Amino acid sequence: MDLNYTPEEQAFRAEVRAFVTTHLPADIGAKVKGGKRLAKDDFVRWQKVLHAKGWGATMWPMKFGGTGWSAVQQHIFEEECAEAGAPMQLPFGLKMVAPVIQAFGSKGQQDHFLPRIVDGTDWWCQGYSEPGSGSDLASLKTKAERQGDHYVVNGQKTWNTLGQYADWIFCLVRTSSEGRPQEGISFLLIDMKTPGITVRPIIMNDGEHEINEVWFEDVKVPAQNLVGEENKGWTYAKFLLGHERTGIAGVGRSKAGLKHLKAIARKETSAGRPMIEDARFRDRIAQVELELMALEITNMRVLSAEKEKKAPGPEASILKIKGSEIQQTIAELQMQALGHYALPWLPEALDPAWPGEPVGADYAAPLSGHYFNYRKTTIYGGSNEIQKNIIAQMILGL
Amino acid sequence: MDFNYTDEQNALRDTLSRYIAKDYGFEQRRALAKSEIGFSRDHWKQFADLGLLALPFPEDVGGLNGNAVDTMLVMEAFGRGLVLEPYLSTVVVAGGLIRDAGSAAQKEELLPAIAGGELMLALAHYERGARYEVSRVDTAAKADGSGWKLSGSKGVVLGGGASDKLLVSAGTGKGLSLFLVDAKAPGVTVRSYMTQDGGRAAEIALSNVAVGADALVGPEGGALPLVERALDYGIAALCAESVGIMAALDEATLEYLKTRKQFGQPIGRFQALQHRMVDMVIATEQARSMAMMAAVKADSPDAAERRRAISAAKAYIGQQARFVGQQAVQLHGGMGVVDELNVSHWFKRLTLIDLTFGNADHHLGLFSDTLLAA
Repeated sequence: MDLNYTPEEQAFRAEVRAFVTTHLPADIGAKVKGGKRLAKDDFVRWQKVLHAKGWGATMWPMKFGGTGWSAVQQHIFEEECAEAGAPMQLPFGLKMVAPVIQAFGSKGQQDHFLPRIVDGTDWWCQGYSEPGSGSDLASLKTKAERQGDHYVVNGQKTWNTLGQYADWIFCLVRTSSEGRPQEGISFLLIDMKTPGITVRPIIMNDGEHEINEVWFEDVKVPAQNLVGEENKGWTYAKFLLGHERTGIAGVGRSKAGLKHLKAIARKETSAGRPMIEDARFRDRIAQVELELMALEITNMRVLSAEKEKKAPGPEASILKIKGSEIQQTIAELQMQALGHYALPWLPEALDPAWPGEPVGADYAAPLSGHYFNYRKTTIYGGSNEIQKNIIAQMILGL
Repeated sequence: MDFNYTDEQNALRDTLSRYIAKDYGFEQRRALAKSEIGFSRDHWKQFADLGLLALPFPEDVGGLNGNAVDTMLVMEAFGRGLVLEPYLSTVVVAGGLIRDAGSAAQKEELLPAIAGGELMLALAHYERGARYEVSRVDTAAKADGSGWKLSGSKGVVLGGGASDKLLVSAGTGKGLSLFLVDAKAPGVTVRSYMTQDGGRAAEIALSNVAVGADALVGPEGGALPLVERALDYGIAALCAESVGIMAALDEATLEYLKTRKQFGQPIGRFQALQHRMVDMVIATEQARSMAMMAAVKADSPDAAERRRAISAAKAYIGQQARFVGQQAVQLHGGMGVVDELNVSHWFKRLTLIDLTFGNADHHLGLFSDTLLAA
């Protein structure tokens, strides 16, 4: 056993760091580090920079245009990107629909969609949850009826992240009401410009527009946009959720968040003394660092064990549970460090072009909203209660 | 021991719960939070008509001679309704300070005006670098003829933007002192802003603000125990407000568990969620007990006993409120994190209450320090 990075891995880290720190556009890095609101273009520009380097899809096999990197290399890459202040590569295209298209899609779908994902041409969003189907996703009702060479889709999806920017949506739809609910679900790729699609914003608890409801009214989808076989969508959906859960561990981003927390605790003062000198508060930081140290290694253990397998197993649920809890704790401590100065709400201060004076420290404005917003992390991608059910049933056999 | 409310207190509770249910609906409240001043002068007038603004003041200045238990009942109802009007800052904290420490002339001038809804006051005490340390004040008052000149900065002053007068703490040669300052006086700059829960607070800068000798509230150099006591009244009130919110969140969550169906049954049938709900209810009842203690001890003449009890309550209720707030959100799933449902608003208010007048860790520390003294 050796938990140290090999000389090759260290060299790889140096290479990644050199590239990311020199090629991340300075304005984007400043926004990310300052907790400012990111525009669609910020995500797309960064994706294009990575693609130009050949690093657009570090989690894909080489034959589809990925880097074919090991789990350790991907981890190093994500850590360096987070440290540098790169925007998160959104998972919907790269980590969610792409693995499904690679594993189950037609050659035509692979040839058309995958290059457009990796080069940043297409923005994807997710059409899974419905108002009546959250944890019990298989009860979904959005219906797709086959009419000639088309499906006609009717229904409503919700908790759709950043769909206001999307070119495409991947949807779970009901194509049959026979048998178990899981048996009548299909996986459809739908062009967001198709007539009959309406996107309505849902405002989050931080006042931001991040999620949407998406309504489908007689939306005609070419039958060639069905992935795999009709009524086999549930299998693909579970495969996809496994991939989503590994991303959710977010070790690299949490390490960057922890570093920011420590910086804040050095700057904020209590009766004139830095908060980092307050043992009660410092212990809280230390405690979450212990959790994160453990998760970093657990993450590598799980990902390495899965290297030979096609899809992440139920162990990914461990990563999701601990990863989301750690993200929430870091966000909470960042807010708590501010004391009274966590109270002001200045949404205008999240605009990178805002010329105003901050209230309190210049890093304060986004922190409380971030804490409120991050309550979502133990809810989305299968709530942590559902993850515990998965572990209880799939790993422990209970 | 007697845990019963008096007939008058029961009547007050009924009046308040009818008022909140009828006149303080969620949508009305949202509109108010977005308005220029962030609350309603009409509500304020109705509070005056209901006697709420006179509640904690002595009868000889037109008050109702209420105690901290009465204030607790008001704040509990205000928590449920997420009331935005600056009751805590004007009536409980600043009003309480004038009641306890003001001169006869100051009481006569200010308390009937507060009770009548004509005057808003705020305590401008905390400063940025001090965090929650009450004794740490850099604002200074220099003797100037028979009066004073004040200079310094006050941070996150609750209700500061709407206040006609400010109670400003400042150091003189004799120590911490309190001064009554007109909010529109030359040299006073007020930057009001919205808070995360839809309320209002302000940054207040004082630059050579001249006040007369009669502006001094309480003895020169004797303000610290007065400010501590006023903040303790405020903390007891915040504890009650938290309990009101926690009870409302418990009800909303219980209803959601009974009505939200997944896997062909109400999610409240799942034992993991049942136990979580039970833990929330236990946390709320424990918090309620501490809020009662805080209310009773807030009126204690023994300052050390009062301080210890108030810190115990603020720390404990902060912890329990965090649990109840976070779990109410979690059990509501996605619906718990959206702006359109009241759950996220109750959660945010609970979070901000913890961060106001010292968070759970700060008060745990103060309580813990008293263990050394024995």
